[in-house]
Amino acid sequence: MAASASPLTRKDFVSTQDVRWCPGCGDYSVLANVQRVMPEFVEKRENVVFISGIGCSSRFPYYMNTYGFHTIHGRAPSFATGIKASNPDLSVWVVTGDGDGLSIGGNHLLHTIRRNLDLQILLFNNKIYGLTKGQYSPTSDEGTRTKSSPHGSIDHPIDPISFALGSGATFVARTIDVDATHMQQTLRRAHAHKGTAFVEILQNCPVFNDGVWEDVQDRKTRPDNSISLVHGEPLVFGTPGNLKGIVMNDGNPQVVDLTDDEDPLAKGIVVHDEFLESTAYAFALATLCRPDFPLPVGVLRQVEKTCYEDELEAQIQDSIDTKGPGSLEKLLHSGDTWQVPG
Amino acid sequence: MKIKRIEKRRDVSIRFCGDSGDGMQLTGTKFADETALAGNDLSTFPDFPAEIRAPAGTLAGVSGFQIHFASERVHTPADYPDVIVAFNPAAVRANVGDLRPGAMLIINSDAFNKKAWQRAGYTEDPIPDLRERFELVEIPLTALNREALVGLDLTQRAIDRCKNFFALGLLSWLYGRPMESTERWLGNKFEGDVLEANTRTLRSGWAFGETTELFPVSYQVPAAKIEGGSYRNITGNTALAWGIIAARVLMDRQVFLGAYPITPATDVLHEVARHRNFDIKTFQAEDEMAAVSSAIGASFAGNLGVTVSSGPGIMLKQEAIGLAIMVELPLVVIDVQRAGPSTGSPTKTEQGDLLLALFGRSSESPMPILAPSSAGDCFDTMIEAFRLAVKYMTPVMVLSDSYLANSSEPWKIPDIETLQRSPIRFAKREDFGEEGFMPYVRDPETLARPWAIPGEPELEHRLGGLTKEPVTGNVVYDPDNHAAMLKLRADKIAGIVADIPNIEVDGPTSGDLLVVGWGSTNGAITAAVDEAREDGLSVSRIHIRHMNPLPSNLQDVLSHFKHILLPELNGGQLSMILRSLFLLDIQPLNKVAGQPFRIAEIRSAIDEILREVN
Repeated sequence: MAASASPLTRKDFVSTQDVRWCPGCGDYSVLANVQRVMPEFVEKRENVVFISGIGCSSRFPYYMNTYGFHTIHGRAPSFATGIKASNPDLSVWVVTGDGDGLSIGGNHLLHTIRRNLDLQILLFNNKIYGLTKGQYSPTSDEGTRTKSSPHGSIDHPIDPISFALGSGATFVARTIDVDATHMQQTLRRAHAHKGTAFVEILQNCPVFNDGVWEDVQDRKTRPDNSISLVHGEPLVFGTPGNLKGIVMNDGNPQVVDLTDDEDPLAKGIVVHDEFLESTAYAFALATLCRPDFPLPVGVLRQVEKTCYEDELEAQIQDSIDTKGPGSLEKLLHSGDTWQVPG
Repeated sequence: MKIKRIEKRRDVSIRFCGDSGDGMQLTGTKFADETALAGNDLSTFPDFPAEIRAPAGTLAGVSGFQIHFASERVHTPADYPDVIVAFNPAAVRANVGDLRPGAMLIINSDAFNKKAWQRAGYTEDPIPDLRERFELVEIPLTALNREALVGLDLTQRAIDRCKNFFALGLLSWLYGRPMESTERWLGNKFEGDVLEANTRTLRSGWAFGETTELFPVSYQVPAAKIEGGSYRNITGNTALAWGIIAARVLMDRQVFLGAYPITPATDVLHEVARHRNFDIKTFQAEDEMAAVSSAIGASFAGNLGVTVSSGPGIMLKQEAIGLAIMVELPLVVIDVQRAGPSTGSPTKTEQGDLLLALFGRSSESPMPILAPSSAGDCFDTMIEAFRLAVKYMTPVMVLSDSYLANSSEPWKIPDIETLQRSPIRFAKREDFGEEGFMPYVRDPETLARPWAIPGEPELEHRLGGLTKEPVTGNVVYDPDNHAAMLKLRADKIAGIVADIPNIEVDGPTSGDLLVVGWGSTNGAITAAVDEAREDGLSVSRIHIRHMNPLPSNLQDVLSHFKHILLPELNGGQLSMILRSLFLLDIQPLNKVAGQPFRIAEIRSAIDEILREVN
């Protein structure tokens, strides 16, 4: 999408508030990239609403010069639902984190995703509670030692992508805070999607969980540890001289070596398909874990389904068409009434 | 056919009771509709178990519906029924304690076999004892209904399900109720053999009454003298729903109702959801938090956000209500109170959430609270709630309860033209000077901040739960600012007192005794006070509708009485508030049995106080 259509620039989306995240926080990069792509999406700033819950990521709306609502812990998707259903013309963005979205807000996230309102959900995943100063989160790896888990976390972590897929998400993607190009491309795809677009953004917390994504953030190690998903392209990763691909063996993903001049298709490497109706393939991708597998990055799945707010409007219109516009007079006098002489 | 005698009665109270599956609520409702059309004033009280279908024939499954109708004003469903119609032994056992000796007890004698009375907990056949104590009318309802429906192509089970309409026909004859409304309802609801079966058994019930030797007398309750106009029966829940719809029309703004099913509030969601053609949005959320949050989101977007629940659900919503108080957005929260705590008795009534409404949020977070006093008043209260919410940019709580929710009364349908129209004006850029839009500037009179909605150019702003500074709404952590903002919000709510009516005293404005009520107890208190006055006692009465802020003349009104009696269906919550506010010796009369007050309970408290005085 070209940026030329909009009279707005990145600066139009920068609010007057001082940004108060810790130095080096991955959130800065997300903010900058969102502000950069926004002019491509809207011609009018007033049609944009950013909604957040509680947590470091949830300060996001204060820094966007749009309409914004910093709400309460976990409930941002519910506020967004009310906003989008009330005014479907608005461009609604939910900003949440792994704690906000998947602990206290897990239920709201699930139901908002399944209703498929046309909005974007950006889940910043740093695998830690930052604002409460470093407790393990629902995405923290087993054994994570924090102040609340001095002996190591014994929770089995949840994978945001699998969660979204399981909730029936029509658009599921993953991107990385430090990869500006990829993030902007992912945001464009999310915005273009009609329905709930769920984007997990891998994000570093330099204070409480520094380096948790280092292997996929570092330019040197990323090619070996992540796989960039492109629709119609084979699942190949690594660097020349050390290329690898993913094949399906009885339904189980498996990594195979490739020589530089080998045809991946001939070798049976899986070709990425975003548009499969069945979630089985996307789930298989979501389960790829390091160190045995590369972490998939990009759009895992995109399908079409009706949107809640459109169906709601349609029911209202249908009701008006069949019953006529509501009349209070008629309603109050409906059913059995009687006259008492005055 | 013998000509039967007709006796006139001033008022009659009948209780229909049977198994939850016997259709007692329907029978009672239809009898109430017929009674309303006969021109009587009336009051009903449905009393049903929380279980949808408890085991048949057990005490747990007994469902009842009481109706009180008269040729004069009626304030309550009556303390004790004059007649009980019981469909099985369990219904007799659960209800007969409320029947005065010698009163009429009509039973389905077919249901009184040994197994059935044992299941109801009787150790011996109760019939002989019942014959001795009451005017027992034994009618083989099951058999008579089957006879009436011979030849219809319906299962035995389907036929037996019709027997409540045989009873309805019989009672309609006994009290001279016109059955046209019931027949019309059947015609709209059913077709084919089911319609034929219900209609036929209904008419057979009437004919049975005319011909049987069991009833030598039928009764007439002449129409009541009530204010002229167009009337209908209405329950509190329907009135709440219609009040929401009325607000949508009067304010000319779309309504968004976010709700999660909970007894006894769910009917409000059901009723509003039926009327999408008013361009109203209803949203069944995944839980109470999402319900209220979506409604606040809708208000942020410029709709009239409303949510409805009962005590346990209100608890879950309080965090979000606190946010609505902090960001100062309009929101209406309906609490149809039920008997608690916790799950409590979901279908029973209580006024236990007053302190929850006043103080059940973190920190200092006042909000206006309104309490309707009758089913019909629920309608007006909703309109008032929306008016205050929008004018003062605040959430407003409406405290109904299970009794108001389900009981019905004749309601004079308001003239739409007389309802106050209050179209909404959202903020515009031109309202502000060179410095631009500021989300926390305040109207000097109401102290309300502007309602600026997404989509409106140059009003972009950020709201949030963090403490803000005045005017700009920027987040600040200065302690003096925190205190100042807290006081500003409190002053805004307290200032609403100038916008609400003064309390009016029913009776002398000074004297020995003032009875103070709020909410659904209005009927019982009015009836008790009226009775006392008929007996020559001097008693005054006030009823509070605006629970926060309280009317400005309240303290003055209270100060003119030697004794103040405050009946409420809780442990003494309003008593506690008024005592602490005004340092007055309020005498509480508390009941937490899941049931409304009986007139006699209030009357005896009145008598006791006046005995001490004299």
